[in-house]
Amino acid sequence: MSKIRVLVGTRKGAFVLTSDAKREKWEVAGPHFAGWEVYHVKGSPADPNRLYASQSSGWFGQLIQRSNDGGKTWEPVGNKFTYDGVPGTHQWYDGTPHPWEFKRVWHLEPSLTDPETVYAGVEDAALFRSNDGGQTWLELSGLRGHGSGPGWQPGAGGMCLHTVILDPADPQRIFIAISAAGAFRTDDGGETWRPINQGLKSQYIPDPTAEVGHCVHHIAMHPSRPGVLFMQKHWDVMRSDNAGESWHEVSGNLPTDFGFAIDVHAHEPETIYVVPIKSDSEHYPPDGKLRVYRSRTGGNEWEALTQGLPQSDCYVNVLRDAMAVDSLDSCGVYFGTTGGQVYASPDAGDSWAPIVRDLPAVLSVEVQTLP
Amino acid sequence: MIRVWLPPHLRTLARIDGEVTLDVAGQPTQRSVLDALEAAHPMLRGTIRDQVTQQRRPFLRFFACEEDLSHEPPDAPLPKEVASGAEPLLIIGAIAGG
Repeated sequence: MSKIRVLVGTRKGAFVLTSDAKREKWEVAGPHFAGWEVYHVKGSPADPNRLYASQSSGWFGQLIQRSNDGGKTWEPVGNKFTYDGVPGTHQWYDGTPHPWEFKRVWHLEPSLTDPETVYAGVEDAALFRSNDGGQTWLELSGLRGHGSGPGWQPGAGGMCLHTVILDPADPQRIFIAISAAGAFRTDDGGETWRPINQGLKSQYIPDPTAEVGHCVHHIAMHPSRPGVLFMQKHWDVMRSDNAGESWHEVSGNLPTDFGFAIDVHAHEPETIYVVPIKSDSEHYPPDGKLRVYRSRTGGNEWEALTQGLPQSDCYVNVLRDAMAVDSLDSCGVYFGTTGGQVYASPDAGDSWAPIVRDLPAVLSVEVQTLP
Repeated sequence: MIRVWLPPHLRTLARIDGEVTLDVAGQPTQRSVLDALEAAHPMLRGTIRDQVTQQRRPFLRFFACEEDLSHEPPDAPLPKEVASGAEPLLIIGAIAGG
């Protein structure tokens, strides 16, 4: 029988949640790296027992941890992230030039085929790659060297590269997203990049349709259709049918189109999930009701999923990397909240139950479906 | 023999109980002691000093002999009590935060 392993990063450590395919009874292991912020934990698709974790602290900086046994034991690997060449400047909040400074790793994306290769999306925004299991890191500086780089500005959470999507059909193609620069794509393995933000409209920048400057919160793709992308922007849920060449809005009947997380059903590429959040100044669900919204039409037509979720007095947030799906026949959907709950649905969102209720604030959730 | 006392999180990371003892050739300085510490425990690289700038992390302090040595030049000699092992070099994390 298959097993499910849920990898949870929190403000005070990492947790590994495991269950059989019924997804009813869960074992909770952790905290790993107790007391440290763990922005992200993710397993290698090529070797599910190879995990990478981003461990950081305001006191002690950034560490990268690696596990070869599915998270039972860990070893620190390389944590030297040096920008290529002269780092240069980007715009600070007040519009003045500010030197690029490494702060933390937001997202780790293991290669689809090689357990030793892993990408790191960092703050201040840049993409790094390791080909030796995380021991050494080199910047793919063509991204930061894109001509628009000096004009990028941080979002309220920092200028972070938070989304890395590897194209399963084209190993040379990678999508990334930066708050608040927007989405970018390479078609040559990371040498050169170009912005893919046409169709985005952001009223909070001087030119709402500018080439860069959009606060993209997260992007999701179904592996069977790598040309179709779904985006939760600061405001607006967006869709692209041409690998980001252009986007159109699919917010439809959502109660609010602000939010962070977005994901795609494992077997239905037109079924997508978001968690609407009231506004950018009120980071909690509308009306105190925690509702996941599902569209079975690739956007525009949304239904609220509420069974098992709190429908009163709920004021948590669901952060951008805190939603994931498993690939069992009945697709499981998972998300974590800033209130420390991790919810699971074994039936594609129809019903939900908490796996755990009282973890530290959840920063990220990833899921592995194990044989 | 130089004695170094680390914050609890770094002792956990380096799998150390109690204080660290290091052999440092010549007159010990902050730089030579930290170099020896990182050589003995490579997982500490980047946690006390920035990997690129080699600057002390802002929320850490270096104390010894009831003095704050944090702003001393990294190549300044450490007090003779630290050099002799009579007193430890204390690496302290700020008590800010939650």
